Amino acid sequence: MSEINLLFDPFIDFAFMRRALAAAFALSLGGAPLGVFMMLRRMTLVGDALSHALLPGVAIGFLVAGLSLGAMTIGGVCAAFIVGGMAVFLTRFTHLKEDSAFTLLYLLSLGIGVTLISLKGSNTNLLHLLFGNILAIDEATLGLVASISVLSLFTIAIFYRRFVIEGFDSSFLGVVSRGTESWVRQIFFMLLMLNLVAAFQAMGTLMALGLMILPAIASRFWSHNINVLMPMAACLALVSSYTGLLLSFYVSLPSGPAIVLVAGSMGLVSALIGPVGSVRASLKENQQEG
Amino acid sequence: MQTPPILLENVSVSYGPHKALENISGTFQAGSLTAVAGPNGAGKSSLLKLIAGLVRPRKGRITLAPEMRDKIGYLPQSSAIARDYPLSVMQTVCIGFWPELGDIAAISSSHKKRALKALEQVDLAQMKDRQIGMLSGGQFQKLLFARLYLQDPQILLLDEPFASLDGETTARLIGILLDWHKKGKTIICVLHDLLLIKKYFPDSFLLAGKCLGTGHTHVLFEKNLLSFDLDMAEIIAPKEEKKG
Repeated sequence: MSEINLLFDPFIDFAFMRRALAAAFALSLGGAPLGVFMMLRRMTLVGDALSHALLPGVAIGFLVAGLSLGAMTIGGVCAAFIVGGMAVFLTRFTHLKEDSAFTLLYLLSLGIGVTLISLKGSNTNLLHLLFGNILAIDEATLGLVASISVLSLFTIAIFYRRFVIEGFDSSFLGVVSRGTESWVRQIFFMLLMLNLVAAFQAMGTLMALGLMILPAIASRFWSHNINVLMPMAACLALVSSYTGLLLSFYVSLPSGPAIVLVAGSMGLVSALIGPVGSVRASLKENQQEG
Repeated sequence: MQTPPILLENVSVSYGPHKALENISGTFQAGSLTAVAGPNGAGKSSLLKLIAGLVRPRKGRITLAPEMRDKIGYLPQSSAIARDYPLSVMQTVCIGFWPELGDIAAISSSHKKRALKALEQVDLAQMKDRQIGMLSGGQFQKLLFARLYLQDPQILLLDEPFASLDGETTARLIGILLDWHKKGKTIICVLHDLLLIKKYFPDSFLLAGKCLGTGHTHVLFEKNLLSFDLDMAEIIAPKEEKKG
């Protein structure tokens, strides 16, 4: 009985753990289905670059208003849009491919962001912005994260078919809906930005993508069906959040990295033993062919 | 006189500094079956994308008959489609219902019956639950034809639909194409195979950045614009004569 209590006590006894759990669950439910679409569209690197690109904007918000949620959120969104726009410009008007353009810009963003923060803030401020602090989430931030999560779920529910079709064969959507595929892409991009801003509050700019992408990658090894991948990714993200927070509580690990550690481990284990496209599945296929 | 469903007037298409099509004019008549031929980089795919509304002309005008605007079916080259997407054969063919169902309406049992019938037309009904990643190139192309069945367009734009397919699958898909032609659909198909063009396509549109010739396929063969002695790569646009 006491062992079972160990699973719940931290969240019963401490309000900061409850807030952290609620924030992580909200991020999981809203972000993981989006992560599945990002993985299927081969946009994981773009997402990673955008999450780092938040930093200069967040840093400017920090320089202007300190650790203010509003200022850093607005700064982060603006920076992500500017970097996204610059990447499109570089890809279109130079011979740089998308991945190189984003790599150039995100490293530049990281450099600018860290330099700006070091102008005024301490190392603690820098660590807070780079890695987040989910245990320090207050009511206002929790409200923002939850709102973005609800908005994401509603938008995905409404545009689910368009998102699926656009990822599979964008020309089909372009022809039958006469050009709406471009605004479908823009809505997707907006959702990605919002989720990154939400995740940044909890996981920092370096690991903002962790709860979105890692469960999505893990889920791909368990099912062929896109309708199964979304809920499965969300469930894996929920389990990662819960387990990561417990680990951080009992083993005194930093909470954001602990969550990412669990989600990443699930991804690796899935790649080894999952029934679809894993190492085990490949070995089985080879044995059958032999 | 009836307006042709597709009318091109001095149309040019560019991607940044690269000119894909330059001053193309021509018409595609209702119910015609036209092959678009030319060397690599001739602008064949761009012509289809232009008609499909996926790219806009830099210059000139393209006019589609109003009743045809929402009835276009487009099949891109297979490389433009994510073959590893986690969709089953049934889920993929049902995408053809999107113009009818939109974002919210559910796929009913009658839709599923129609989808199964479309799969039967291309001999894929037995594989309805199989993942598309497990299909061969030919089976995947058949699946896309089944999706077109459900879409039921009046104008069909097909970009190299028989590329790297075996003879049997090509024959099966050509049969479907001819069937659609008989039903009065307007079909424009990018092709490299001169034998197929001569045998099955009454009209041709010859491109090399510019339009080199258009009209009855046998006339283009008589004029030697199309010839079995001529490699596609040898079809080049004649240089413009200098004025003065």
